Amino acid sequence: MSAPTTHASANAADLPRTGRFGRILQRSETMRGLSLLTPTLVIMTIGILVPFGILITMSFWTQVGFGFDTAITTANYEAAGERPIYGALLKRSLYMSGMATVATVLLSYPMAYFVAFHVHRNKMMWIVLMTLPFWTSYLLRVFSWKVVLGYEGVINSALINLGLIEAPLEFLLYSQSAVVITLAHAWAAFAILPMYVSLEKIDKSLLEAATDLGDGPVARFLRITLPLSLPGVISASLLIFIPTTGDYITPALLGGPDGQMIGNLIQKQFGAINNWPMGATLSIILMLSIGAIALGFMTITNFVRKRIS
Amino acid sequence: MSDPSYIKRPNRPLQVYAAIFLIVLYVPVLFLPLFSFNDSIYVKFPLQGFTFQWYFELMEREPVLAALRNSIQVGIATSVFSTGIGIFAAKAITRYHIPGKGPIVGFIMLPLVVPGIIFGVALLVLLSNLGIPLSLYTVTIGHVIVCLPFAIATMIPRFEGFDASVEEASADLGENAWWTFWRVTFPMVFPGILASLLLTFTVSFDEFIMAFFLTGTDPTLPMYIWSQLRFPQEFPSVLALASIILVVSFALVFLGQWINRDAHAAASKGE
Repeated sequence: MSAPTTHASANAADLPRTGRFGRILQRSETMRGLSLLTPTLVIMTIGILVPFGILITMSFWTQVGFGFDTAITTANYEAAGERPIYGALLKRSLYMSGMATVATVLLSYPMAYFVAFHVHRNKMMWIVLMTLPFWTSYLLRVFSWKVVLGYEGVINSALINLGLIEAPLEFLLYSQSAVVITLAHAWAAFAILPMYVSLEKIDKSLLEAATDLGDGPVARFLRITLPLSLPGVISASLLIFIPTTGDYITPALLGGPDGQMIGNLIQKQFGAINNWPMGATLSIILMLSIGAIALGFMTITNFVRKRIS
Repeated sequence: MSDPSYIKRPNRPLQVYAAIFLIVLYVPVLFLPLFSFNDSIYVKFPLQGFTFQWYFELMEREPVLAALRNSIQVGIATSVFSTGIGIFAAKAITRYHIPGKGPIVGFIMLPLVVPGIIFGVALLVLLSNLGIPLSLYTVTIGHVIVCLPFAIATMIPRFEGFDASVEEASADLGENAWWTFWRVTFPMVFPGILASLLLTFTVSFDEFIMAFFLTGTDPTLPMYIWSQLRFPQEFPSVLALASIILVVSFALVFLGQWINRDAHAAASKGE
């Protein structure tokens, strides 16, 4: 960190070559860093902070016909508290993405472990292979599960052809389990990376030490590998849980009436139902619930980590 | 047991698990191209025979081609813009001591985590309050916000991977900041820039959630696919279109990751 300072002073001796603005910039490392960050921060402010502020404001408005009554009122929040459908959908969303999160983390952990400890050549190739699907169209990955799970889809028609079942299994498509399976599959690539990184960082000599001191493979895993990889597991959980709670594509394509989530309702408020203030209120409530759960989760895991280490 | 190489001993069950994992990861997606060559409008087994007809049909559809043009325009604008801004942000984050850097980086990376629907409706509400009509420009704004974190995260390892003293040497030898950037920094981080362009283009090209809320009358390709999903008779041509998009996306991302591979290696070793 001392290096850029010498850089700045070297340039200070070279003043004629730079303009006044450049001199101000070079005087302070912080100023230069911030000026480089400015375009990004401006974009993010216009794109995130300002819209979010207006979203919060709008959540206190009410819909009147095709316009808004901009008088500030908590009517939407009261409605959200009173009408059971909102609470039920929110609870179901949290439950379904919770299930998807647990499934994804449990299924991806061994994979991350494998690449971190058992792949020695072409590691990069494995990481690219695991994360490649994540970069491709989310819509199409969800759509592909519709093809797989559909009423006359891959699984049903294959099973019927093999003579294993007579009629298509209806529970495959348009159910909560279909949504959970699809979410877990779609986010697996995202979950692997943080777990892989924290497993990769583990000092292998600790494992050797544990073995020398008489721990078997299971004890070694439980006492060294698992606790040290917990930060990765925690970030993976949050990285899946937070975005999936607000998902609406998967439930819209695969959920059926029982598998709808809060995201679908929010989307409808801005579409067919056309009650933007209510949609804004539901978005805020969704954000607050996710935030509260994430915070609680981090507090608990921090506490547990301190206890075991 | 004291042999340290025991950790490197191959673990057969884990190898099998890894193979199954990769198969399950890829197979559902592979059904799309499989059925896109199937000579039937029903997506079910048994396969009815091989055909290119759904692909030929696509080529004749003006709306598909229009949507493709829209997506390419938005994708190029998004990738150039987010990568261009991202270079400076990545440099600032890796090179300079900035108070409150942690929260700033967290803020920039928010779009990776916060549900897309929230950003989508928030931007929609802002634009409608400002009276800005929805168009491909508004989609591009949404995509830049989604893509900026990816661009920055892709380029940070590049900046971490090269020695800052090279830049200092250039400055000491009398180059100003502008020429130091073009003659030293830019060539060094070029693979990262290229990777970022490819990755952000792909993310934008495939992005649906922001586009859903911010598209005006000109649909992007994912929006077009969404509108066709309601019609069962359109299924095979959607499959063909989806297959093309998947192949192109996989190729672009693979290329991007490959170009940038040593940055990943350097970053994972450094940690």
